[in-house]
Amino acid sequence: MRTMRFVCASIAAGLLTGSSPVFAQDAQTLRQDIDQLRRDFEALKQQYGDRLTALETKLAAAEGAPPAAAAAQPAPAQPAPVQAAGAQPTAQVPTGAEGAGGPSGSLPIYGNASAGSKIFNPDIAVIGDFLGAVGKNDLHPDPFGPGSEPRALQLHESEASFQAVVDPYARADFFLSFGEEGVNVEEGYITFTSLPGGLLTRVGKMRAAFGKVNSLHNHVLPWADRPLVSNNLVGGEDGISDAGISVARLIPNPWLFLEATGQIFRGDSGPDEQPLYRASTRSDVSYVTHLRGYHDLTENTNIDLGFSWSRGHNATGQLDAGDPGRFTTNLYGIDATLRWRPLQRSIYHSFVGRTEWIWSRRDQLNGLQSGLGMYVSGDYQLARRWFAGARYDRSDHADDASLLDTGGSLLLTFWPSEFSQVRGQYRRTNYAFGPTADEFLFQFQFSIGAHGAHPF
Amino acid sequence: MKVLKGFFTVALALIPLAAHAQGKLNVIAATEDLASIGREIAGDRANIESLARGYQDPHFVEPKPSFILKLQKADVLVVVGRELEIGWLPPLIQQSRNGKIQVGAEGYLDPSLHAEILEIPQGQLTRAMGDVHPLGNPHYWLDPENGKRVAKDIADKFSQLRPNDRAFFEQHLADFNGRIDAAEKKWLAAMAPYKGLKVVTYHRSFPNFAQRFGLDIMGYVEPRPGIPPTPQHTLDLENEMKRQNVKLILVEPYFDLKTPKKIASDVGGDVLVMPPSVGGVKEVTDYFKLFDYDINLLVEAIKKTGGGK
Repeated sequence: MRTMRFVCASIAAGLLTGSSPVFAQDAQTLRQDIDQLRRDFEALKQQYGDRLTALETKLAAAEGAPPAAAAAQPAPAQPAPVQAAGAQPTAQVPTGAEGAGGPSGSLPIYGNASAGSKIFNPDIAVIGDFLGAVGKNDLHPDPFGPGSEPRALQLHESEASFQAVVDPYARADFFLSFGEEGVNVEEGYITFTSLPGGLLTRVGKMRAAFGKVNSLHNHVLPWADRPLVSNNLVGGEDGISDAGISVARLIPNPWLFLEATGQIFRGDSGPDEQPLYRASTRSDVSYVTHLRGYHDLTENTNIDLGFSWSRGHNATGQLDAGDPGRFTTNLYGIDATLRWRPLQRSIYHSFVGRTEWIWSRRDQLNGLQSGLGMYVSGDYQLARRWFAGARYDRSDHADDASLLDTGGSLLLTFWPSEFSQVRGQYRRTNYAFGPTADEFLFQFQFSIGAHGAHPF
Repeated sequence: MKVLKGFFTVALALIPLAAHAQGKLNVIAATEDLASIGREIAGDRANIESLARGYQDPHFVEPKPSFILKLQKADVLVVVGRELEIGWLPPLIQQSRNGKIQVGAEGYLDPSLHAEILEIPQGQLTRAMGDVHPLGNPHYWLDPENGKRVAKDIADKFSQLRPNDRAFFEQHLADFNGRIDAAEKKWLAAMAPYKGLKVVTYHRSFPNFAQRFGLDIMGYVEPRPGIPPTPQHTLDLENEMKRQNVKLILVEPYFDLKTPKKIASDVGGDVLVMPPSVGGVKEVTDYFKLFDYDINLLVEAIKKTGGGK
């Protein structure tokens, strides 16, 4: 306070001397004096501020320290109301609420600090997938999985996604699926977006880039179920989905988009009821390679072609976690997708035709089983919110290629909005053994939270 | 001696290469409007291409892999921003393998951060309101004043990446601003007699246009953003249009005309297919022609129908 008074007095004196005609000085000297005073004043202000901050710090330390220490450092009588930069704001515990083991004195207010930290929270979304089935299927009472429980209605999956940029070099995506059997990390990986050499690298658990359907999540499929070939030859709903590393590179050429992907996984894929790959040693890794070619035929029409190969150890010879047989499965796939979407009416009409052919060569105790499976499907968008589709299925069994299942489906899908979907599917399946199953499947899907990307 | 001569020949041949060592900027714009403004600034110092076509709905562009090839080579990516491209651009950027154009990187430009944005929602937001844009209406380029702001952002970005050409870009920016100011006077004069004219639009694509040129948007054919027309909403809208004597329905080129035409015939009005973007119709080949076309279309229609005035 004394310092302030001195500064004010000095300024006043300076002004008086400057304005008095008796002690008139030339303008330049006066300006120099004023500048000097201003500098002095700034220096004093700085000193004063520093001392105040130091006192506040001491005061804060004294409050947290035992009384003896507090007494040793005299605190100013009036703590300054100024909040020291970076200090946690506090609030007093209300009168009467102190004691009884509860808090006393001042409490930190967490709201301010956490409001800023929320900015870095990942984008969160939850997608619900409710499935129902009517009709008789003696062979597969669970219409959407390999299980034996008859499930007419089920909240098949609730998928929670968390996605954010990690740092300037990478982003991360997590997809947790809460199903009837429990929680599963459907995918969880980091993607390095700008590695040298144009390599797009993913590390984590992911759905493998084998063909088309294997890499798609349930909620972006054009059907309520997965095709027979996925269930019979490629490990069912989860498919080839495992912990591993994926590297993809674009192959430059003047004609088309060409991308080669190489993936290496631990070697465990497929559900326990019908495992596809099972590793019994660390070296039992599985591999997936995929070559994708894409070309715009016209502005409205494009074609997508893929060739895939995968190899891993199957569970045929596994005994007590050992694998004396060392049996492997090789899968070869071709996929083709033709899309038509007139740009100017893109929200009203479109057509997607797809087919996928998969050969499975499975070594097992009774020799090599060489099975083939395929589906072909078409989906036409009738109006902004209506889609009609059909699918034909046929597939041998992986472990006995002489057994052939065939089937077909008709579908109708309605989108109330971009964020929900209702679907009906009539499905007829002729199993190699067991009676023909006629079923009506229905699905409600709904999405809340962050706006995800549209599937392509 | 011959060797020395050869050396000098090579050295001389390399000089122009060194001068243009940075080469032309490779710019990808999300929409044709941004590409058009970009070309005004870039002159011959950049190649600019747009991903979406002007006659397609910019909310629903297919993320085609061929776009990845374009993004892979880009030095600059100019986006509309305000989550307009949220359904298709993020996966393309991610797969582009191009560190320069990742969100927040040097080559990523979001001019919406400096533009005047309308309809920023207040209070509780839910999807019951339809496909709302939580960061405000992204169709901001339909105000020439925002066009100038976009141009400034683009010129700054180009200058940052090609400091040697700064004067060139700034001169182009000044030239663009001058021409926009002159054209804007003409556009405002053409619309001045119809200030406060009530219209209906299909989607919320025209708030900035309406604010600048004095239109009053009374209602929308969509009951809520992104939700197709329902019979009840259409009926309510027709009644309101009759009550307020509203005659004009502005429809973006990518929406179905069935419902707007029915409304127009019921209220004795007119449907205008009004492009909100460069390339929306054949004649609109650049940012200036976009306003020329739209304002001419409006003025002609108002004269024909009386426009409800």
